[in-house]
Amino acid sequence: MHLATYIGLQHAASKTLADSFRQVAEGHVGEPDVHSLCHTLARASDGHVDRLSPVAERYGEQREDEPERLHAEGLSGIRSGGVGLLRDLQDLYLLASFVDITWTVLGQAAQGTRDGELLDVVETCKTDTQRQLKWLNTRIKQAAPQALIATAT
Amino acid sequence: MKDRIADIWGARTPHARDTPWPVRVDTHFDSSVSEGDVDRWVQSACVLCSNGCGCDIAVKDGRMVGIRGRAADTVNHGRLGPKGLYGSWQWSRTDRLTRPLVRDGNGALVESDWDTAMDRIVERSRQLLATDAGALSHGFYTSGQLFLEEYYTLGVIGKAGLGTPHMDGNTRLCTATAAAALKENFGSDGQPGSYSDIEATDAVFLFGHNMAETQTVLWMRVLDRIHGPNPPRIVAVDPRTTKVAEAARATGGVHLAPLPGTNQALMNALIREVVHNGWVDERYIEAHTLGFDELKATVEPYTPEHSAGICRVPADDIRRAARIFGTSERVLSTVLQGFFQSHQATAASCAVNNLHLLRGMLGRPGCGILQMNGQPTAQNTRECGADGDLPGFRNWDNVEHVRQLAKLWNVDPMTVPHWAPPTHAMQIWRYCEQGSIGLLWISGTNPAVSLPELPRIRRILQQESLFTVVQDGFLTETARYADVVLPAALWGEKQGTFTNVNRTVHLSDKAVEPPGEARSDLDIWLDYARRMDFRDKDGAPLITWSGPEEVFEAWKECTRGRLVDYTGLTYDRLRGGSGIPWPVNEQAPEGTDRLYADAEFPTHPDVCETYGHDLLTGGALSEQEYRAKNPDGRAFFKAAPYVSPPESPGEEYPFVLTTGRTAYHFHTRTKTGRSRQLQRAAPGVWVELSVGDAARLGVREGDLVRLESPRGAMQGPARIGRGRDGVVFTPFHYGYWDRPGTDGAAPGGSPSAANELTITEWDPVSKQPLFKIGTVKVVRMADATGPSPAPTTTASAPADPDGVPATVGGPGAEEREHPDACEPPRPPRQPEAPPQPPGSGGTTSTTGTKG
Repeated sequence: MHLATYIGLQHAASKTLADSFRQVAEGHVGEPDVHSLCHTLARASDGHVDRLSPVAERYGEQREDEPERLHAEGLSGIRSGGVGLLRDLQDLYLLASFVDITWTVLGQAAQGTRDGELLDVVETCKTDTQRQLKWLNTRIKQAAPQALIATAT
Repeated sequence: MKDRIADIWGARTPHARDTPWPVRVDTHFDSSVSEGDVDRWVQSACVLCSNGCGCDIAVKDGRMVGIRGRAADTVNHGRLGPKGLYGSWQWSRTDRLTRPLVRDGNGALVESDWDTAMDRIVERSRQLLATDAGALSHGFYTSGQLFLEEYYTLGVIGKAGLGTPHMDGNTRLCTATAAAALKENFGSDGQPGSYSDIEATDAVFLFGHNMAETQTVLWMRVLDRIHGPNPPRIVAVDPRTTKVAEAARATGGVHLAPLPGTNQALMNALIREVVHNGWVDERYIEAHTLGFDELKATVEPYTPEHSAGICRVPADDIRRAARIFGTSERVLSTVLQGFFQSHQATAASCAVNNLHLLRGMLGRPGCGILQMNGQPTAQNTRECGADGDLPGFRNWDNVEHVRQLAKLWNVDPMTVPHWAPPTHAMQIWRYCEQGSIGLLWISGTNPAVSLPELPRIRRILQQESLFTVVQDGFLTETARYADVVLPAALWGEKQGTFTNVNRTVHLSDKAVEPPGEARSDLDIWLDYARRMDFRDKDGAPLITWSGPEEVFEAWKECTRGRLVDYTGLTYDRLRGGSGIPWPVNEQAPEGTDRLYADAEFPTHPDVCETYGHDLLTGGALSEQEYRAKNPDGRAFFKAAPYVSPPESPGEEYPFVLTTGRTAYHFHTRTKTGRSRQLQRAAPGVWVELSVGDAARLGVREGDLVRLESPRGAMQGPARIGRGRDGVVFTPFHYGYWDRPGTDGAAPGGSPSAANELTITEWDPVSKQPLFKIGTVKVVRMADATGPSPAPTTTASAPADPDGVPATVGGPGAEEREHPDACEPPRPPRQPEAPPQPPGSGGTTSTTGTKG
């Protein structure tokens, strides 16, 4: 069943997202709001990993079968400066968007298979993911003009 | 004759609930002058805290020589506090700046003239505007102590002349959370309650608000109820045993002393108790609010026991406080820096608004909310767009609001930056640090003492990439780092208006000429605008006014139809009687004592000042998301779970540090430090430890101790005080301008500024820095040479008074009090509200509910 694959996929992606938030937090300590909120948002993704664990166990997580192109890549490294911050936040945005749409996919399948437990996990976790996206969007909008126009190259 | 250093609040004039607060006229003169010598009295209001007491300035031979409270003013009924009495004019003939200063070839600040100084600014300005960064290279950091006319002019120059989003004030440090919380719950900034609620209330909740010291005259108003028949019960939330906390015990209320950083856990428990006991107004909630179910679900885990464990307070005290809130007929709440400058500031302040919405306790006598301000004119910084807001409480994310401003100023809407919220102060400083802001214009504030993490701020101010203009009355710590210093006229030396915590607008007339070549901040900015030749889109000068009254008339047009409606005011109307609370318009010609009497809130999408935020992260809601809620006139419950603060005590730094003020000083003492009486009352820094902590550390009263945080260190004599264990307090007033052994700007061998220690961290919604949660360790340095200089009359009183001399004013501190000099003034009557359709596109009802 492909659902098991997708649960494994989301389990791994949530872990990657948590790690990536922490990576950005530690890579941008000069931006105190980024540092502290990325840690807060990483903890939300940690929670998702925990919430998904029993479901993954029940379905028999099948990480090895993940189609390679669906695998969510984490951040390769941290960039510095105003533009670097912008790019790192954009990477987080892409990753969080992937997690967000994967909740949608899982939610649909959970309804199809009448899996109440999975549906409950999806509904609560998706709210957190959207909070992550909302913050990233807000922070990126704030940072963009100064980074692209006013930062010396 | 009274000594109001020794007796901060003066004689009581007790009265019963629902009777007017009696008048008491307080007067103080320079010791060389008596009342008969005074040439003339000039009307004003005090600018040494946010209360906004009406006063008259005594003038003799062209000098300010005395002050008297205005009996007719609804704010103070004649009273003044010690700062007003002893610090309002006493600085005026001291070491003022009288000529512009510029850097010479050796980098020294030398006296110059206005043309040279302004030309240097304009040259730098033009040079930066010609780069790719354009206006994004310009930052303005202003104050909460200038006048409305000055802020509005600055706002127009920045937003329509230059087009920079980088404008904020030190109001970010004092009042940003008040504005943010009001916007989140009610759709717009605008104080719901009134000081007159004190006369009518049955319980006063002071959340992180040491009113007895921060607004001494407002506390007199509370004391006069406490000492009368049927007094209100007081509930104090404060880690220190303040006079407010003592009053809580004396009135059968509660003193809750949560560990700093845990306010949200406490608030969630209070809300849960109120909900679980059914102390809610279901009809009000149903008709006038949104988000109740989410609030209920969010607070559910916060049982009194659970929160008691986090806050380290007794669970029963939480229950008792909730019962007082839930069962008193009328409740007034006030909120200040204990919430605003702490972790989860906006969430916890919104929680206070939530409590009032739960009981429908708004807009009726005695049932008010006062989200306080820290500074006398902070409200105007917020209203006029000199901080991170658009003028007239407009929404930066609402295209129509931006178009209104562009039309008013006759510029292209694209000129007015509105792609994101205006840049908050901490981010402006970050851009300076990174070099993308190349000109920072600082007016009426002293960030080299008042911002968090001073070693970093001093570093930024010294960066080659940053050209700094400082505009002030004195050579402050910050001014010593400036490239150009402009001498500013201060209070009493210029004309303008300003607005206090409960929306009361006062006119402050010019009493005397400024010293030397000093000019008003308004004149300085008008000069800059002329030299820069800012034009509107038709090629006419952008700024068309030349004096304060013309600016005021222009400002009125900016407020027309908004909640913050000034259109019914004129300078003449503000002369002679009392200050007048806005909105003042055709429907409310006498002004408006309290908002939301009809429970109609300015939340319609076309009207609101914000579409709201996620309280945990500050993530902004989009217009579409906001419209989908269909708020039309209903208020929002705003919920957030408690999360742990960014820095918690541990092995290396075992104490939580909280900073604050004493009754005798304002900010960095630029004025109060030049008053003999005030400076003698609180002459130097101290470090306050609890009895238990001091015993464990082997520290005794007066011993020199050093505080170290991960960022810096400072030191001072210890006061063994009455705070809770695990918490260290130190006042933030003591910089270096008058400190021997320093260069007047930076610490020498013995740093005294609290902000050497504080953390660069801010609330995600209001962006207010967290001055009250860093961690420190305490190191004992030397034996006492005497008791610490901390005042004994306030929250800093010693746990053991033996051997500590009482704080007194002594010669020259004589003050005259004249109780019951006349009948008390009455607040404006509540006008009868004509019904208006919700969402009528920005029009304001008499109670200001749709604006």
